[in-house]
Amino acid sequence: MNEAYIYDAIRTPRGRGKKSGSLHEVKPIDLLTTVLHALRDRNQLDTKEVDDVVVGCVTPVGEQGADIAKTALLYAGWDDSVPGTQINRFCASGLEAVNIAAMKIRSGWEDLVVAGGVESMSRVPMGSDGGAMATDPAVSAAVGFVPQGIGADLIATIEGFTRDAVDNYALQSQQRAHHAQSNGYFDKSIIPVTDQNGLMILEKDEHLRPDTTLETLSGLSPAFQMIGEFGFDAVALQKYPTIERVQHVHTPGNSSGIVDGATVVLIGNKEKGEALGLKPRARIVSVAATSSEPTIMLQGPAPAARKALQKAGMTAKDIDLWEMNEAFASPVLKFQRELDIPDDVLNVNGGAISLGHPLGATGAMLLGTVLDELERRNLNTALITLCVGGGMGVATIIERV
Amino acid sequence: MEGRDVNIINHEVGKAFIPVLIHLKKEKEAGELSGVIITSAKKSFLAGGDLDYLYETQDAAGIFKFIEKQKEIFRALETLAVPVVAGMNGSALGSGFELALACNHRILLKGSKTVVGLPEVNMGLLPGVGGVIRLMWLLGIEKALKILTKGERYKPEDALAVGLVDELANDYNSMIDKAHAWIKANPNPVRPWDHKGYKIPGGTPHDSKVAQMVAAATAMMTRKTRNLYPAPHAILNTLVEGSTLDFDTALRVESRYFTQLLLGREARNMTKAFWYDLNSIRAGKSRPKGIGKFRPRKIGVIGAGMMGSGIAYVASMSGLEVVLKDVSKSVAERGKSYSKQQMNKQVGRGRMSEENKKMVLDRIKPTETAADFEGCDLVIEAVFESRSLKAAVTKEAEQYIDEYSIFASNTSTLPITGLAKASVRPENFVGLHFFSPVDKMKLVEIIIGEQTSDETLARAFDFVKMIRKFPIVVNDGRGFYTSRVFGTYILEGAALLEEGHLPIMIENAGLNAGMPVGPLAVSDEVSMSLSLDIETQAEQDLGAAYVARPGLSVFEKMVKELKRPGKAKGVGYYEYPANAKKHLWSGLTEHFPPSDNQLSMEEMMERLMFVQALETVRCMEEKVITSVADANIGSIFGWGFAPFKGGTLQYINDYGLAEFVAKAKEMAARFGTRFEPPKLLMDMAEAGESFE
Repeated sequence: MNEAYIYDAIRTPRGRGKKSGSLHEVKPIDLLTTVLHALRDRNQLDTKEVDDVVVGCVTPVGEQGADIAKTALLYAGWDDSVPGTQINRFCASGLEAVNIAAMKIRSGWEDLVVAGGVESMSRVPMGSDGGAMATDPAVSAAVGFVPQGIGADLIATIEGFTRDAVDNYALQSQQRAHHAQSNGYFDKSIIPVTDQNGLMILEKDEHLRPDTTLETLSGLSPAFQMIGEFGFDAVALQKYPTIERVQHVHTPGNSSGIVDGATVVLIGNKEKGEALGLKPRARIVSVAATSSEPTIMLQGPAPAARKALQKAGMTAKDIDLWEMNEAFASPVLKFQRELDIPDDVLNVNGGAISLGHPLGATGAMLLGTVLDELERRNLNTALITLCVGGGMGVATIIERV
Repeated sequence: MEGRDVNIINHEVGKAFIPVLIHLKKEKEAGELSGVIITSAKKSFLAGGDLDYLYETQDAAGIFKFIEKQKEIFRALETLAVPVVAGMNGSALGSGFELALACNHRILLKGSKTVVGLPEVNMGLLPGVGGVIRLMWLLGIEKALKILTKGERYKPEDALAVGLVDELANDYNSMIDKAHAWIKANPNPVRPWDHKGYKIPGGTPHDSKVAQMVAAATAMMTRKTRNLYPAPHAILNTLVEGSTLDFDTALRVESRYFTQLLLGREARNMTKAFWYDLNSIRAGKSRPKGIGKFRPRKIGVIGAGMMGSGIAYVASMSGLEVVLKDVSKSVAERGKSYSKQQMNKQVGRGRMSEENKKMVLDRIKPTETAADFEGCDLVIEAVFESRSLKAAVTKEAEQYIDEYSIFASNTSTLPITGLAKASVRPENFVGLHFFSPVDKMKLVEIIIGEQTSDETLARAFDFVKMIRKFPIVVNDGRGFYTSRVFGTYILEGAALLEEGHLPIMIENAGLNAGMPVGPLAVSDEVSMSLSLDIETQAEQDLGAAYVARPGLSVFEKMVKELKRPGKAKGVGYYEYPANAKKHLWSGLTEHFPPSDNQLSMEEMMERLMFVQALETVRCMEEKVITSVADANIGSIFGWGFAPFKGGTLQYINDYGLAEFVAKAKEMAARFGTRFEPPKLLMDMAEAGESFE
């Protein structure tokens, strides 16, 4: 069996995804090029050794359109022989890119693959690619499409997660991320973004709000109440007739942040790594993709995690650290409840609520940060998972070598 | 068209139109044509499509071809390259109005009865002869969506205001003059969509604002209709898909959605109810024949409460003089002020003039004196549901009206034959069951007592039509038709609760089946103590013949033990917090503990609908109701029975009689004898008949 090893995992810092965000002036192609340059330079990589580059991007239109993976490779001056492809598995695109890379390696058909993701949410806003699910009324009516926040609120309603519970979770995310950042846990994998003159634009993640308190969180208004009452609650309740009313508990404070950023992960087999003098950090043990009821949408991680564990012949107890993307607080709490995961091993350095969720990149970023944390704590195994549009879930298990 | 009161768009009109178009083209080529004015020799401009053909056919290819052919003709008309003006000398609805939309310019002749619009959605359809696409190009997606999904009929002034027509004319000659003037001023008109670079007003879903509006509109449709009505969705889909296509391709998309709707069961059911059944009622099928038309001028109303005030208002609005009596003049005055409040709203919205309002108010005379009923052609009592009180006011009023007048009792439950005993002229005594609020509810149930004469019935019928309501005729019996059948719905809800089904599932089952309100919520509205009183009365009247239905014990428990009779008392199945929406009382699951055997949503929906359909058949069997149209329309307009099912009897047609009988038998075995199919139904199923 060809093992798929992770040789490196780097990312840009995450900039606030709005006009006032530091990375708003940086084009998505430059975010991706920044990490491609760094990956090449850190590993003294002869780029013609790379068989393929798989890049997740959820809004592949405009300046993120037309296969941004190949475009970035050309722009970054990688060898002409390196192909690139852009994929879209919504919020799990980055992790899916890793999983595809791992499959390429394990199949034996390729030896060295770069996986990654990019999303400039400030420049190419979420939803600007349209799509039939949300914008074709024939489709959205037939499949019962609702915006994700409605699904998150519905999970909270069904599971009995109160506003306090989701706010407490958000506070913990902020505190953990602040602690990790203050102690430099993220530093070794962050590639600062500079301009063409080498002048610094952004050095660290900037979405965190260390001054967050329960009071500030509880003062925020529910973000999805209005659209819910307008009609989307009714759409969701068509599928959940035992619920009388959706409790709207999610706010901008306990939902993932909108940010800009890019990431790449270098994955290869043993022989290629040895030949290039690369040191393997971890192996990819198993991967899974699955899907669940699409209207509530955010409950894919548990079945995906179970599927990955089963493929690996492992149980939840065998996992040292967990990363479940903080799209909203309630899907994380629901996932934690379903797999019975202790608090202190889940999202230990915060997550998308505090650090932000650059859609196409997040999954691969989570893989990198949890690998750094396994090494820091000298632990072995981690499971990374994300909830995904359409009800999908993606999971990956890694183990240090 | 010969042999028709109105012109319609059918195969025939196509055949007639094509030679004219060829002729016009020749004239145009010869330079002899400066413009075309289309007008009608009938009272209305053009009534609509050929529903008889469309209702009968189930041939997708045939429908598609038919509709595409009509489009081709309209398209040829608007691309003649000479100005074509619709001189609309009367009403134009449906495809009649679509023809007008295919003209360069629309001039509408004012008339008190003239209406225009695209009401197809009300029959589960969409305007298939380019109406959706042309309206979108003229007004934009958002406005077009609103007009097309509401399906309202517009009076001339309103039609001008929303942009359905371009000009109004006061008389026929000025309409023609205006048409000539427009032709002269616009010798080479081109339709907006045939202009290069012309954009749909407000944009297409390529603009994110429009895309968001579309997403919101889709969700809102689901909230309002639970996706039970395909037509509004098809209209939205046609607009969205059509907006990013060239005009001719967009027209074809419209034809495909039209064909899909027409072949669907919803359109079939709705066409049956809202076209055939309503027409049958309008044509007076249940009115005794050979009796001259009753033209009342003055009516009396006894009791100035909710119902009496409402009756006075609608009667005066229809031009009748109204004497409104109550125990004191001030109470009667208060009843009259209801009309004022309603009309103030209309005046505020610019839908009524102050002058008109004053005229309507002046026609209502509040009084405390029965002698003022002198000269009334009809007196309606709308006092509290008490036999003795009703008897007293009947006797009092009859002193002042003569044998040419009729007396009507507005009651929802008390048998008319019994009430007529108080009357000196029981043959002139009839029941008129109005629904609340009177000005909104379109139905009036006319109840024939044992001694009610045909002439009295005919008069009551004419009166109901005169105040623009739908009359259905029923024979006397407990609960008549509407209250009796409606009662089965709320009782079945209670029975489901008693069996331990989740309250919210019961409510959603009602709503998912297409009822306007869940069975528990509507029980609260009606008040369970009232429902209980009616049952108690029935028990007393019927004696040994009385059979208590399942669910009744729930009412007893709610009213007597838990003291939660309904909304009026602020507590019922629901809680009614002062500043928040009502919600189901959490104690329900404690007092009616959930069972381990929950029925599926589908099973609950069928139980709630079957009880109503079966009770309607029993009413037919017992001759409480004798016309299918009356049964269907009564159920839809009386208590809101799922309109997309076309009414309680059409529900059975839609289900299939044989399938319905089999299912009912199966349900009877599981849930009780109330689901036993009546003999009439089994015979009809056997004979392969349906309720037409």
